[in-house]
Amino acid sequence: MAAAVSPTSLESAPRIMRLVAECSRSRARAGELRLPHGPVATPVFMPVGTQATMKGITAEQLDALGCRICLGNTYHLGLRPGPELIQKAHGLHGFMNWPHNLLTDSGGFQMVSLVSLSEVTEEGVRFRSPYDGDETLLSPEKSVEIQNALGSDIIMQLDDVVSSTVTGPRVEEAMYRSIRWLDRCIAAHQRPDKQNLFAIIQGGLDADLRTTCLEEMTKRDVPGFAIGGLSGGESKGQFWRMVALSTSRLPKDKPRYLMGVGYATDLVVCVALGCDMFDCVFPTRTARFGSALVPTGNLQLKKKQYEKDFRPIDNDCACPTCQKHSRAFLHALLHSDNTAALHHLTVHNIAYQLQLMSAVRASIVEKRFPDFVRDFMGTMYGDPTLCPTWATEALASVGITLS
Amino acid sequence: MDIPACLLYTKTGSAPHLTHQTLHTIHGLPAMAQLTLSSLAEHHEVLAEYKEGIGKFIGMPELLLYCSLHDPVSPCPAGYVTNKSVSVWGLGGRVEMTASKFMAIQQALQPDWFQCLSDGEASCEEATSIKRARKSVDRSLLFLDNCLRLQEESEVLQRSAIIGVIEGGDMMEERLRSARETAKRPVGGFLLDGFQGNPATLETRLHLLSSVTAELPEDKPRLICGVSRPDEVLECIERGVDLFESFFPYQVTERGCALTFSFDYQPNPEETLLQQNGIQEEIKYVDQTKKIKTTSCNQEMTSFEINLKEKKYQEDFDPLVRGCSCYCCKNHTRAYIHHLLVTNELLAGVLLMMHNFEHYFGFFHSIREALKSDRLAQLKELIRRQAS
Repeated sequence: MAAAVSPTSLESAPRIMRLVAECSRSRARAGELRLPHGPVATPVFMPVGTQATMKGITAEQLDALGCRICLGNTYHLGLRPGPELIQKAHGLHGFMNWPHNLLTDSGGFQMVSLVSLSEVTEEGVRFRSPYDGDETLLSPEKSVEIQNALGSDIIMQLDDVVSSTVTGPRVEEAMYRSIRWLDRCIAAHQRPDKQNLFAIIQGGLDADLRTTCLEEMTKRDVPGFAIGGLSGGESKGQFWRMVALSTSRLPKDKPRYLMGVGYATDLVVCVALGCDMFDCVFPTRTARFGSALVPTGNLQLKKKQYEKDFRPIDNDCACPTCQKHSRAFLHALLHSDNTAALHHLTVHNIAYQLQLMSAVRASIVEKRFPDFVRDFMGTMYGDPTLCPTWATEALASVGITLS
Repeated sequence: MDIPACLLYTKTGSAPHLTHQTLHTIHGLPAMAQLTLSSLAEHHEVLAEYKEGIGKFIGMPELLLYCSLHDPVSPCPAGYVTNKSVSVWGLGGRVEMTASKFMAIQQALQPDWFQCLSDGEASCEEATSIKRARKSVDRSLLFLDNCLRLQEESEVLQRSAIIGVIEGGDMMEERLRSARETAKRPVGGFLLDGFQGNPATLETRLHLLSSVTAELPEDKPRLICGVSRPDEVLECIERGVDLFESFFPYQVTERGCALTFSFDYQPNPEETLLQQNGIQEEIKYVDQTKKIKTTSCNQEMTSFEINLKEKKYQEDFDPLVRGCSCYCCKNHTRAYIHHLLVTNELLAGVLLMMHNFEHYFGFFHSIREALKSDRLAQLKELIRRQAS
């Protein structure tokens, strides 16, 4: 529990974040990350390409959409194709031929998502492979070792993750263990000059535990902090309060990465609460189910009502799908066995998320973020006052009123 | 359009796996795409309301469009052709079409060319009877005359060319009759139907093919359906066929394979040596594994391709084909494709389709070049050496 690193070394951590503008009412910030594979404007949404691919879209398409950072996953890539092969291919960048930035998750989340196949001890997480039954131990050292081989620009500590619906001593155990594992990750990290190791704040939905975690982890010399353990099954009321608590105690001059978020409303609210970076499988996953994201929610394009709808998904969207195709065509294609249908929607949904973040950022820079939030909620819910209670409360807590 | 050529294969109006963006990274795209009525018939009401034609609806207004009855990859069940109607099978089920319904659908689609309603079932059974062959010709001619008459009554339909279909099973007499009679009608071109099947059946039908094309006018295009393998394509070109479907590269893609056959009939001596060694290696390996590699397309792997799922590609950092200018070969390695296939990722199909189409279109380009310089025999020999 004692800090392995002295507080005075706080000054030596690389400052990868440059603040460009701050909202005078809320905690929203616009900034720029300086990463080895180029600058990234924040707030930023990072699409998830788990297994070294953004599902059905090419690196060129992703680049053309303006994406400058996306995710890969250590657990999956560690199994297939494995770190040795990726190293031979000149790292994950070389293997998938992605010229911009990559962030790799540590494999911690798989502890929750694959809980029936895993066992956690102080040593690490023992996973049983679903492919060949082999057992692997993912320790903090092993996770960092794999991520060093992958060569991603931002790497995540291995954290002891418990589902946000778990209560009791396990939450406290996981929080303290995450601190110890952070120190082990820092010690094991072979490439601090090329790869930025982020800490992940845990503590579940318990304000005291989370506060302790924040106090301890911010003593460590890391370039950025993630807010973890949320975006699971918890209520939105508990969710926003933990996010707000975390941002209130994280340093201003380092990026705040809220993991696993998400839906458009959540993104806008959490930017107001002071978060800079987000990731979520939702937009790309929902695309493959035929759902297109729009400012008023989503369109389930497989439904009969779109059969003769000759408009594009969104008139104001600049993506290739909206430039060339109608809802009616996509509806027909979605009812076929041609995978192109899924790719059209993946392109659009990623464009939607990136365009949203761009608009959010512009409004912060131009000092009209609160108005932007009001407009956004009005469009999404029909009227700003019809916005969900949790969001209204969260925004109010940082000085943004909707009516 | 330069001939001989292939048509871009599509499923429900889209190249398989490819969006407009990824499709247009492919070099040498054909000037004409093939649409299948089987995938579009069930949407005809939507198209009728849309009014502006299938080309615009699918986002391919710049390509010429040919509408065939069936999808060459998934042949339909036999026994549904009557004197009055033909059926196609979409994903929503069977669509039965009389001549007037068929023409109404074509009026909504507005393709540049379309295959006329025809009876292609004389070639389905093992051994066709002369009676069945005769019926296929009679019916098809009747359908053709009905459709031509309906076309005269519609300004919209007159903007499309009807492709007459040559039937007659394996009966020479009926084939000749079909060719001569169809050629008398004002069609835009001819579709040679019923020559498809397994490689063995094509062999026996090749002599029929020569006799049929000899009866057809030189100034109208001759299309063939169901023939797409490089060796078979060359045999048909020598026998007067101009246009082919490009479903073979799609089938190769679906089995996780990449086309690697050479069509460089004028290589430098060093390349020849390298290639010969390479080809021998591939053929050796393929012979051992060919029997095991049946696919969902019910097609076995050919020796024109490599199977990227094989373990030996796991650490192969070469492109699929050295010197290939496609997006996949310029940006990715065999090892990456192997990984995508092993992990069941959608991108595998996208990248393989891009490569396989480009490789195949390159083959057709080399055919045209070989014909211009009178070197078709060399190209044919090169392909024959690689077919097993």
